Amino acid sequence: MSSAGDSTGQRAEIAAPILAVQDLSVRFDTPHGLVEAVRGVSFDIGREKVGIVGESGSGKSMTGRAVLRLTPKAAQVSAQRLDLHGQDLRRLSPREMRAIRGRRISMVLQDPKYSLNPVMRVGAQIAEAYLVHHKATQREARERALEMLEAVKIRNPRRVYELFPHEVSGGMGQRVMIAMMLIPEPELLIADEPTSALDVTVRMQVLAILDDLVSSRGLGLMFISHDLNLVATFCDRVLIMYAGRIVESCRASDLKHARHGYTRGLLESLPRIDERKERLQVLERDAAWRDGPTILHQSSGGSRP
Amino acid sequence: MSLIDIRELHVAFGEHEDRTVAVDRLSLSVEEGEVYGLVGESGCGKSTVLRALAGLNSNWQGRMVVAGETLGPKRSKAQHRLMQMVFQDPYGSLHPRHTVNTLLSEPIEIQGLGTADRRIVQALDQVGLDASFRFRYPHQLSGGQRQRVAIARALILEPRVLLLDEPTSALDVSIQAEVLNLLSELKRSRTLTYIFVSHDLAVITHMCSRIGVMRLGKLVEETSVDVLLGEGPRHPYTRHLYQASAGYDRRLAQTTAELDFESEPQP
Repeated sequence: MSSAGDSTGQRAEIAAPILAVQDLSVRFDTPHGLVEAVRGVSFDIGREKVGIVGESGSGKSMTGRAVLRLTPKAAQVSAQRLDLHGQDLRRLSPREMRAIRGRRISMVLQDPKYSLNPVMRVGAQIAEAYLVHHKATQREARERALEMLEAVKIRNPRRVYELFPHEVSGGMGQRVMIAMMLIPEPELLIADEPTSALDVTVRMQVLAILDDLVSSRGLGLMFISHDLNLVATFCDRVLIMYAGRIVESCRASDLKHARHGYTRGLLESLPRIDERKERLQVLERDAAWRDGPTILHQSSGGSRP
Repeated sequence: MSLIDIRELHVAFGEHEDRTVAVDRLSLSVEEGEVYGLVGESGCGKSTVLRALAGLNSNWQGRMVVAGETLGPKRSKAQHRLMQMVFQDPYGSLHPRHTVNTLLSEPIEIQGLGTADRRIVQALDQVGLDASFRFRYPHQLSGGQRQRVAIARALILEPRVLLLDEPTSALDVSIQAEVLNLLSELKRSRTLTYIFVSHDLAVITHMCSRIGVMRLGKLVEETSVDVLLGEGPRHPYTRHLYQASAGYDRRLAQTTAELDFESEPQP
């Protein structure tokens, strides 16, 4: 099974990526010394779905947050390059950054229960996201919000518009979040484990919506996940992170031929439905992975070590 | 006779118009030494079955017989000892201000078993933790180590049945592999019967010999894993779970929205 569309059309976009990141680091000065959460990560995202996979603590979420400058106050972020369509995000003032956040880059988080305002109707929250970034009347914003609810395949937008977050299911809540994030028509969407809190049936529908929106609106998607299987089937390209670095980069369809010991170890530790074995392979962590070379597959496209 | 026999288990929450049926006249039986998997999506009632069986919820109707004893809403100490539960979230299920030693002593004290010292060392050893872990607090342990402690706590009373409620869902895949291997080894080295609840069909088929698929409080399909993998799923809902577990598929997403599992024949 493979995801929609071959990405040959998207290859061309990589020449002028939406997002270009070079040598991004995030450090925390703690009483126990310097903790490096992200250590010199470089990648580009064009009009494509790029998956960032790794285990907890690998720095994948921190990478997404650093792009939006949403890291905690204590974090020291540095990068050689952090460009959105050629614009240097590092030089922007907090005020200018606010104009980027939500408008040009937006973010979908794991659990809609915690990321929606519990005392505001979901429709009004979507309309608000539009009003913050566009000069429009309440009525126009409402119309746009209803259109957006329809775009994320909500059957009765007028009814759902009036609901409070606690009245919607997990899958519907996540669609509301996606509607809210896409209404300002961003160029890049960062999705941090967007479907991990959802059941498989609902997950499939939410992913299909993201998939369609990425191809119809030509936006870039940074898809952060711990689920190798999902990333391999959903994304175009995959970056594998370990201990704050990208250790391997390949096309999603090539993930099963991954060469890095860590990636191989992760793949082999997964129980598989089509293959029964007595024992699962246990990942033997190699100290050399921390600072070893990044494995770059020939066809992996825009990512640099 | 089966070790566990559940007949017409019915669990409902709420009153009048708020009444929700979580488990709807469910019957299943599990043989001694078997690993029985319950799979389904959130809200299907799989955890509710475990909680009723473990005695954590006394508000149920039906008949449950375990090791020849008919279970009532109130349990004797011996009945509690028979079945122990391991929960999903090792961060939430261990008291944050109790050391591993205290956590493991508590069930021994409640049961009045004495010989705590020997049992604790033995239980830690069984789950692959050395004695240095004994006086640590949960926050000093990783997620995988915590889940090992939770398993040790369940094993310390030498139960015949382990009720495992999504025991690896909160763990990274590499840690999941370690915990699943540990559960398989424990099963081999002593006579244990598992009921393993998970939403992950790949984990279930790896661990179990027989599985029940639940949807909306009902068992929609019961099959042996060999038959499931050999002949494929029979019920459309099981087939759907099976296909969805392979990852993202645009065409499958299309059909999902249109599927109506209700109108399909029940097995």
